[in-house]
Amino acid sequence: MAKREPHSFRTARGLISATAGLILSACVHTAAAQESGRLLATEGVSQVEGAAGGGLAPWALISGYETRDAIGATLHGTMIGLNDFGLGSVGASAGFYDRIELSYAHVWFDTGSAGGRLGLGDGYTFNMDVVGAKLRLFGDAVYDQDSWMPEVSAGVQWKAAGSHAVLHAIGAQSADGADVYVAATKLFLAESLLLNATLRGTKANQFGILGFGGDRDGSYSAQFEGSAAYLVTRRLAVGAEIRSKPDNLGFAREGTAYDAFAAYFLSKNLSATLAFVALGPIARQGDQNGIYVSLQTGF
Amino acid sequence: MMRVVFAAVLFLGAYGSARATDSLFEQLGGEPGIARIASNALDIYFTDPRISGDFDNINRDFLQPRFTAYLCRIAGGPCIYKGHSMKRAHKGLAINQAHFNAVVEDLETAMDRAGVPYHVQNRFLARLAPLERDIVTR
Repeated sequence: MAKREPHSFRTARGLISATAGLILSACVHTAAAQESGRLLATEGVSQVEGAAGGGLAPWALISGYETRDAIGATLHGTMIGLNDFGLGSVGASAGFYDRIELSYAHVWFDTGSAGGRLGLGDGYTFNMDVVGAKLRLFGDAVYDQDSWMPEVSAGVQWKAAGSHAVLHAIGAQSADGADVYVAATKLFLAESLLLNATLRGTKANQFGILGFGGDRDGSYSAQFEGSAAYLVTRRLAVGAEIRSKPDNLGFAREGTAYDAFAAYFLSKNLSATLAFVALGPIARQGDQNGIYVSLQTGF
Repeated sequence: MMRVVFAAVLFLGAYGSARATDSLFEQLGGEPGIARIASNALDIYFTDPRISGDFDNINRDFLQPRFTAYLCRIAGGPCIYKGHSMKRAHKGLAINQAHFNAVVEDLETAMDRAGVPYHVQNRFLARLAPLERDIVTR
């Protein structure tokens, strides 16, 4: 429980404000510069925890439309309507010199009427803050069309969830956690196909909204996330994703998440993503399927 | 899992490029089509404020036949390109990635205007993308 770990919690809050400051200054910087040197759609969209990627998986691509000579930034807002719940994410990210990405996302999980059935009260909402950092290690997903080498990045997502008493009651070990991942992304331009594979080490229950670790399993596990996107036109990509998740809590089983998406890039400054998502069972309310809508601005 | 995905892609890619070698030149409209693309592209390069400065001291009458022959050869056409390598031709020009990408975007527009379908454009761009390593020096 985070309240028993005030130091790490303070560290998380400190990280959040420091990241917010960096991203804000990057936004101001890029709004002034407006070069947008990279090619359309080469930043993907913002995944639910705020990193550049698909909807579910972080990709190796660095957010924003800037090249290795400049700083780019994005803002995103995402709403997911599920059978029994609502999930939302707003955030910002900055890409520095196509090398380092910093991101922040606030994620909320509205239990709606299921909150009453779970004894939390109708409309009870869980909250989580995520600070992300991503480093591009090698490769270029777009330029290296003469080799099979993907663009590879490593990242970390520091997460701080609220609702400490509830998380403790359902058996979560902590309200704070850090996910680490390695992502490999390749654009097969001649085939108009983008593939991504991400390996994540995590303890998170339902992305971390329900805390970290549990009575069934308290250790890190390796999870796989895959994305495939087909470029239909210069502005439209359609694809699908898979994201496996740990199953740590005895109180409610957790399964693999899927989505099928269409992302429309109106310009480098605006993209919209519509997806069908299947997040698996959540909090004993059965399989949760729904519609994912996301808007993103990029610079 | 990744190995399986990559093996699958390797197979699809090999299949795709074996076909592409024969058909890309034709799908771009043969020599007249590529001449049109090159002419369209130079129209834009010489006026696009992002990159026109790089063309200030270049004679278009000198550049156009060489540019056309180069694109034709890259497309797999029966053309002979006798100019410098891309590395030598761009040496000392201090071209950055934003300039390179602007040239790519303008080439896309040039192909749009020549009626080249998007997926054919991508097959052509896939052969040009690795030139970034030779052309971008800053």
